[in-house]
Amino acid sequence: MTSTIGYISVGGALLLSLAGATLAFVGVRTGNPGMARLARRATYGVFGLATLAIGTMVYALVAHDFSVSYVAQVGSRSTPLFYTVISLWSSLDGSILFWGWIVAGYSAAVVYVYRNRHRGLMPAVTGTLLAVNAFFWLLLAWPANPFTPVWPVPADGPGPNPLLQNHPFMGLHPPLLYLGYVGMAVPFAFGIAALVTGKVGGDWIRAVRRWVMAPWIFLTAGIVAGAWWSYEVLGWGGYWAWDPVENASFLPWLTATAFLHSIMVQERRQTLKTWNILLVIATFVLTLFGTFLTRSGILESVHAFSEGLIGPFFLGFIALVMIVSLALVVWRSDELRSEPALDSIASRETAFLLNNLLFVAFTFTVLLGTMYPILAEAARGVKVSVGAPYFNQMSVPIALLLIFLLGVGPALPWRRGSPELLRKKFLWPTAVALLAGVILFALGARHLLTLFTLTLAVLATGLIVGEFWLPVKARRQNHGEGLGAALATVVNKNRRRHGGYVVHLGVIVMAVGIALSSTYRAETEATLRPGQAVAFEDYTVRLDSLYAGREPHRDFVEAAFSVGSGGSYSGVLRPRLNYYPMSTQPIGTPAVRTRPREDLYLSLMAYAQNGSTATVNIIVNPMVVWIWVGGGICVFGALFAISSMGFVAERFGGRKKKTARETPKPVEAGVGGAD
Amino acid sequence: MFKKILIPAAVTLPVVALLYYGMQRDVRTIESPLPGRMAFDFTAPTLAGDTLSLSDLEGQVVVLNFWASWCIACIDEHRVFIEADRYYADQDFQMLGVVYQDSPENARRWMRQRGGEWPSVIDPNSRIAIDYGVYGVPETYFISKDGYIAYKHIGPVTPQVMVKWVDRLLAEDRGAELTATDGDVPEGRSQGHVRQAPDVPVTTPESGGGRP
Repeated sequence: MTSTIGYISVGGALLLSLAGATLAFVGVRTGNPGMARLARRATYGVFGLATLAIGTMVYALVAHDFSVSYVAQVGSRSTPLFYTVISLWSSLDGSILFWGWIVAGYSAAVVYVYRNRHRGLMPAVTGTLLAVNAFFWLLLAWPANPFTPVWPVPADGPGPNPLLQNHPFMGLHPPLLYLGYVGMAVPFAFGIAALVTGKVGGDWIRAVRRWVMAPWIFLTAGIVAGAWWSYEVLGWGGYWAWDPVENASFLPWLTATAFLHSIMVQERRQTLKTWNILLVIATFVLTLFGTFLTRSGILESVHAFSEGLIGPFFLGFIALVMIVSLALVVWRSDELRSEPALDSIASRETAFLLNNLLFVAFTFTVLLGTMYPILAEAARGVKVSVGAPYFNQMSVPIALLLIFLLGVGPALPWRRGSPELLRKKFLWPTAVALLAGVILFALGARHLLTLFTLTLAVLATGLIVGEFWLPVKARRQNHGEGLGAALATVVNKNRRRHGGYVVHLGVIVMAVGIALSSTYRAETEATLRPGQAVAFEDYTVRLDSLYAGREPHRDFVEAAFSVGSGGSYSGVLRPRLNYYPMSTQPIGTPAVRTRPREDLYLSLMAYAQNGSTATVNIIVNPMVVWIWVGGGICVFGALFAISSMGFVAERFGGRKKKTARETPKPVEAGVGGAD
Repeated sequence: MFKKILIPAAVTLPVVALLYYGMQRDVRTIESPLPGRMAFDFTAPTLAGDTLSLSDLEGQVVVLNFWASWCIACIDEHRVFIEADRYYADQDFQMLGVVYQDSPENARRWMRQRGGEWPSVIDPNSRIAIDYGVYGVPETYFISKDGYIAYKHIGPVTPQVMVKWVDRLLAEDRGAELTATDGDVPEGRSQGHVRQAPDVPVTTPESGGGRP
């Protein structure tokens, strides 16, 4: 019964998205608004069926209906309810279903929000989105069907992958990532619509802004949450390992970030048209590519579940998307031609251009490292793996340049800056940064790369703070407002801009956290008897007891360590090893004590069977918490920026459309003609 | 017109070709160091209630299959094993299952429902699985008449794989030559367990998992 409802909803969504896509493109061709209206309704219908499908699956999971193949693969009667529900995305077929539901949701949302606007673009947008929908529902109807009936019905299932039921973050990180990943289909659809209709000017760029911001926010939050998850779960004290799966999420983030910046150039200067289209295509293709990498077994073995046809399907779709989009770009090459306009080296356009080149270089670097094992095997027949050293070595210089730019860029005016303006903006931040560098060196910072990063961070922070401070100062002088009122006026006058600067500040905070935690980390291992203590850095770690226990879905061995700094015991940390019935390897849960200055990170490595000793890995990780804080600041800034261009603003009159949409006038004189 | 197709094709084709190549290669071939070595011996209770040792089966080609009732891919390969069991019935061939991380009742019911007359041993603490480096189920080892592991198959066994390796092993009395490569020193059966299973220890100073 459950399987039947699942089949009907998946099949229905497939047929309806195919029919809707056809109608939409017929509508584009004939200009018949009736077709577009029908296609819009089809989009709502697809979302309805998708919701039915996913609801059915969640019901089957919760009801332990092992006659449904996906439940038989990932369900288990002993798994707690929370992990049962989130096992929806713990394995291949379920995650594709989740994906399909999100893409249907995004499509319905876009079509609804723009039902009365962008009439020229929307039929083609709807058609493209429905075509993407159709691909995912085809996957679900055929090679990745999670509703396949199982007969005879198994008595119980193995439960989800132990790693994925080890931490509640699994309920947060994958959905955020999917919302980001899948959402990139929307800007892609706008890009394709612009090409199909030939309206490659400003309209699609204005329409697409919020629809690239929203998934970007999710993707950013998802990546940071994933790093946090791996820090809290994997037990090696790190947060990023340049693993193919991580890279797969990072690649579209890079191109999407480049796109977010380059559309501002097109809005302002009507240039970079081809570039923007290519970025938006690349972002979408990279999300497909990432999914292909992680789902097809091409780079790691997805064990025990045969991959079947999903790889070839994805490959075919990637090929189709690339051919069609690039052919459209070539076809529209005349419309896309735009005048290169660089008035001066010291202008914001230059900063944006450099920023884009850096992001694209970053993308290629990561892509090359990720694909190198396959390239090497194809070219030379050798099996190699590319480790973190390559990625770190290549990405650190790019990242440093980006930090430099994210401070300098906002301080540069459009077109050209006058020398006195530049002096006014750069003098103090540069002086403070140099001073900070000298002080840090005097305080004993001898790691040159880190010292350099921190100096750059101070410079960038100073420049960005100046972007808030100078207009506030001007406002206070001209209008006699108080500090708070002036700041609120300035910030609210252009939320998109100042939200963006807050994101930049968040990135700086993250960069500082990454630089310090990766270079000043200290680590040791100790085997202790109960009652015995070890001193490390400023801490004393004493093993109090070692004990075993049982939870419904796992057994565990836990060690209690009293932890103190400077003699007085201040707390107990309990790292543990979990034993899941379906895994031969224990899955550890490290215990982390987070403080603003540094984290104390304990992992239980081993223990004597008779409980006489425990081996613990002790890591002192400076400033790690600032990576998560910085991520939070980024998300907050981006949300603030989007609040001027979204639903909220239009509905509740937060911001007038005009300032953000039409050619802006220079704001406070003397602070540069920035928007 | 030609040019307009050429550029997109020139960009797309290499990418797709590379990914296609990547999909074709077998990422699993480097996984096990076991082929060419002697199979670890074990003695374990069977689902039927007897006790069975791998060494009892010397002189026969053994297909050692790790499976579980919760494993969906195991259903696919089970048909292959049933066919093979029938096809090689009067030759020196023996199917042997190892139940992986599963309760004996569920495993017994599964075998009853799906058929198959060969024995399966129970592996309560995954000791056998750990000795054989099993990562997940299904995994299958093809063992020669003189007790060497000739091939390890990860994922469901296909009829082609089954016939290829069983035929080859039936034709050979000595299995070490089939896959052993330079530098591989075959280890004796007597060597037994090399690794300790990660048992939950018996010591429970604060038993019952009571977190204060």
